[in-house]
Formats: sequence, C-alpha cells, structure tokens
Amino acid sequence: MTSQREAWVAELIELAGRDDRVLVLDGDLGTSTKASDFAAIYPGQFLQMGIAEQNLVGIAAGMASLGAVPWVATFGVFLTQRALDQVRMLVAQTGANVKFAGHYTGLLNGGSGKTHQDIEDLAILRAMPGMTVIVPADGAETRAAVRWAVEHTGPVYLRLARDSEKEVDTGGVLQPDHLVELRHGKDVTVISTGVQTARTVAALDLLADRGVSARHLHAAFLKPLSERTVVDAVGEATEVVTVEEHSVRGGLGGLVAEAIASIGRPIRVTRVGLADTWSESAPNDFLLDRYGLSPERVAERIQAAVGSPLGAAT
Amino acid sequence: MSTATKARPTDEELVRLAQRGRWLVLSTVSRKKAGHIGGSLSAMDMLVTLYFDILRRDPSRPDDPDRDRFILSKGHNAIALYTVMALRGYLPVEELDTFDQGDSRLQGHPDLLRLPGLDASTGSLGQGLAVGAGMALEARRRGKDFTTFVMLGDGEHQEGMVWESVACASRYRLDNLVAIIDRNGLQQYGWEHDGGPDSRFDRLDPWAGVDLCAVYRGFGWNVVEVDGHDIPALRGVFSAAKERRGSNGRPTVVMATTNKGRGVSFTEGQYKWHNGVATDEQLAQAHIDLGMDRVEAQ
Ligand SMILES: Cc1ncc(C[n+]2csc(CCOP(=O)(O)OP(=O)(O)O)c2C)c(N)n1
Ligand SMILES: [Mg+2]
Repeated sequence: MTSQREAWVAELIELAGRDDRVLVLDGDLGTSTKASDFAAIYPGQFLQMGIAEQNLVGIAAGMASLGAVPWVATFGVFLTQRALDQVRMLVAQTGANVKFAGHYTGLLNGGSGKTHQDIEDLAILRAMPGMTVIVPADGAETRAAVRWAVEHTGPVYLRLARDSEKEVDTGGVLQPDHLVELRHGKDVTVISTGVQTARTVAALDLLADRGVSARHLHAAFLKPLSERTVVDAVGEATEVVTVEEHSVRGGLGGLVAEAIASIGRPIRVTRVGLADTWSESAPNDFLLDRYGLSPERVAERIQAAVGSPLGAAT
Repeated sequence: MSTATKARPTDEELVRLAQRGRWLVLSTVSRKKAGHIGGSLSAMDMLVTLYFDILRRDPSRPDDPDRDRFILSKGHNAIALYTVMALRGYLPVEELDTFDQGDSRLQGHPDLLRLPGLDASTGSLGQGLAVGAGMALEARRRGKDFTTFVMLGDGEHQEGMVWESVACASRYRLDNLVAIIDRNGLQQYGWEHDGGPDSRFDRLDPWAGVDLCAVYRGFGWNVVEVDGHDIPALRGVFSAAKERRGSNGRPTVVMATTNKGRGVSFTEGQYKWHNGVATDEQLAQAHIDLGMDRVEAQ
C-alpha cells in the first residue's frame, strides 16, 4: 500500500526525467509532502519557496507563463485558505498551467488538529470557474491523476491524503466528468470520493453481511462532474448516500444534492461527512469514529437511511 | 527586437506623449464614468518612458517569447496602461472608448485573456511582483535574456504578500527583475493629515515613519531613487537597471517619487481623485493645464 504522497512524488520523479518543464515548488513542507525525494533526484527542477504561500502561487503563475509546468506543493489548507485570492486571480482566472498538490487534506493529518485539517477545500474550489479538482482514491489513482494533470493544460488541484488506505479497484479508468461503478446493488446508491472510497468499500462489505445490497460509485473528478452525469448515474434510485472526508456542505454531497434537486424526482440524499463542525487532533481511528467516517459508522448511516421511510430526514 | 533598430524618441516627444496620455485617461474616464485617475496620472511619465524607450517589445508580436515583460501590479490603473499601449500601437486609440463596457478587451482591471500584449492579470493588489519574480526565475532557467519590470503602488506595499516576493527575489538573486514604485504619497483613503513631516499632500504618506528605501536595501535589493516625472532621468535609471541583468545578483527597485494626479491642477495631491469623473468645466481646465493646444498642434 503506497500513500498518496508517496505515489505523487514517485510519478513526478518518473515524469520529470523526460520532461524538464515539470517542476516542484515547495512551501517548506518537502519532508512531509515527500517533495524531498524529488529534490534529491532533480535539484534543478525543485525550488524551495519558503513559508510564503501567496508568493509561492504567484511565482508558479509567472513560471507557467513561460512554459513551465510547476507543481505547487504544500498542505491543501494553505492553498485554499491562505493563498485563495492568488489561486483565483493569478491561476483560475488566467487559465495558468499550474498544478496544485494539496497535501494532508481531510481529517487525518498526523495529529495536527483543526488548524491543519482541510475540510472545506472541495466546497471552495468546486465553486471556482476554470479549476479542475481531482480526488483520487488511492496511490494508483494518484499516479494516474498526476499523469493526467501534466498532460492537461490548465489549473488542476489534486487532493491528497497523508496516510495510506486500502487500494481500490477502479478498473484503471480515470476520466473527467465520470463516476466509476465499484459495486452493483439495489437498495441504495452510495457515491464516495477520495480515500473515503476505501472506507466506504469496507462499510458496504459490512452491510452486505447484514443483508443490505448497495450500489457503489466513486468520483475521482469533483470538477468537472456535471449534473447530467450524476443524474444519469443515479438512474431510477430513490435512496442516495454521499460519503466524503470533507464537510457535508458544498463538497461531493452538495454537488450530488444540487444535481438531484434539478430533476424534481423524490430522491433522498443523505450526506455523510464532517457535520458543520471543527474537528480536533487525535489518532486516526478516534477521529474516523468520532466524526462518523469509519466503515462501521458509515455503514450505520447507510443502514438507517435504507430502513427509514422516504420523506423522513436521515 | 525590432525596437533596437528604431531611433530612440527625444525627451520632448516622450513628454508630449505623456501629456497626451494624461488627457486620454482623464477624458476617457470621464466619458465612461469608470476608472482610476490619480495613480494613472502619477505613473504616466514612467509608462510612456518604458513603452516608448525601454521595453524591448514589438506591438505586432505581442507573444514574442523574448520580449521584456511588464506587469502593472497596481492594476486599478489599467486605463493608463491601455492608453500607453494604444499610443504605442497595440490597439487603436478609438478603442479606449470601449473601456469597461460590455464585451470590451479593456476590462476594468487588466485581463491577459482578453487583450494581447498584457503579461499578467492584476487587480487584487500585492500579487504582481510574485508573478514577475516567477517570470524572472523561469527566464534564467531557460537562458532568456529579457528583463521583467513590475510597477507597484506605495499603498500596495501594505499587502504582506509584497514582502514575501521581495524576500524571494533577493534569495534567488533575480537581477533580471526590476520593481518600480510609484511613490505618489497617497492611497485610496489612508490616514488623515496630521501636519507632521510625513504628511504628503492632503493625507499622510502610506509609509509615514518608515524608510522604505532602507527596508528594500535591508532585503538585499539595489535601490535607486528618482523623480518619477523627470523623463530624462527615468530613461537613465531604467536603462541602467536593465544593464544590471547578469551582474551582481541583486534585484533593482526604482523608488520613484511622484505626485498623485500629476499634471492637472485640481487632481494633484488630492486623495479624492484616486478615482472620479471630471465635469465639462474641469475637463476644459485640464485641457489647459496639460497644454493640450500645444501638444495637439505638434
Ligand atoms: C487586495 C486589494 N485590496 C484593496 C483593493 C482596493 N484598492 C484599489 S486601489 C487602492 C489604493 C492603492 O493605493 P496605491 O497602491 O498607493 O496606488 P495609487 O496611489 O498608485 O493609485 C485600494 C485600496 C484592491 N484592489 N486590492
Ligand atoms: Mg499611492
């Protein structure tokens, strides 16, 4: 099992060898993000920008204007909170070919607590025109996403987790505006994203033993992910659950709810994720359980939805 | 590189262009009822000097990869940049009339996706120097011999990001980067005049109590002070700054003392003319102040 940060840097090391446009710009977190592995092999394509995220984004925009493909590497929270204006005006509004590696996203960031927990990035960037947002499930999908981002011209935000989760068999398909079907089922349609997909797979295994038949879709691209694609994928289902390691406001859950509202059919959408609350620093298992993201807790939410009559809140 | 073959304009020609530019700014803003005047008039002599004498740029090849770069970090003065670009041949002067109108290439703040010849999009203050530093870094990595100029406001320097970029440019020894500070002593509203030595014009200097040149020097920059309305002096200072590329590894800052609203009697030194719309009578006065009869007779 490779963590997403290890997969990210491994793929970049491979690409950088044959493409000297590819650079890594570090916000003094190279030892956390594993950009240090890249720096050791390609010192000429690595630039330390220090603890100055706004300048970091601006430098990347300037370098991209001359044809470089810079990867801005820092914690996701500092990109979407500290340097958001720069991401917006200098990159998204100009279509600059800058790639953002948002590291240590979600709740599990090695015990750093709420200051560093990135639980709003998807909501923020999903609302930003011109941005592409990829939320890979595991290491293999991360590597595919890095390749995709370098081949694609324009801004990309890659949401990465610190710790490894179980691998997910996505069939090797990574394409924008697409949901991958991981499991067939009839009682409920579950849509998940990022590393929460692996925990959702485990949750649905538990539910299968309890007699609940769930269909499972994975979203690697949150943007673009059109309302049409979501509506088509949901099909005739009336019970939909979204699961993400992110606030239930504005991320995958918001996206799916918006899409489904647009068709005016009675479908219940239960959004599993971080309720409108800050989290805390604690071991991973504690956090996943406390904030409702462990396989068992996700399974409980899905089972409760399936067991309650349509028209009731879950 | 075509400008190298052209004869350099005389100082008098540049002075006339700047006066004409000021008139176009004031009259366009007044007709369109949108745009920023004070900082456009304070920057005009520098913009004309850059575009007509200093920058290696060809209006017919706006994407030339070897062109000198120019970023107006104080993007609210877009109308000044559009005006100088129009005078220089990037767009028809008549197009200035579309400023800030629907479908225009001349957006309220410079948008590089709309108008060929713009090197950066700006408007949110404090960001241009980082982009310029990024260009300078990548230029060096690619062995390019152009210089990147970035113009900032003095008020704009209150943005923390500016200082991130100042430190970064020094750390990376970007002697192919030149920052120009339009030190006009006013921002949009700022601080009340307190009668002290740091009060410039009708409000307090944005950097009252701070020795901005010493701060830049402390950050390892090469600091040059100049009167931002003295065109012969500006030509010398900008040319010298360009020549430092590849020399001592220090970025250069041109600290240009200017007068906000320069050239027009009722706007000079008045914070309220940061933006504003002149009446017909005021326009008539400005026409006289700028010596437009003489300028237009040339
Ligand atoms: C980040 C940001 N904050 C506020 C503004 C609004 N604003 C536009 S111009 C201005 C004053 C700028 O003063 P200065 O940099 O001195 O420019 P100048 O005097 O040359 O017009 C302000 C506050 C802005 N454009 N961007
Ligand atoms: Mg000012």
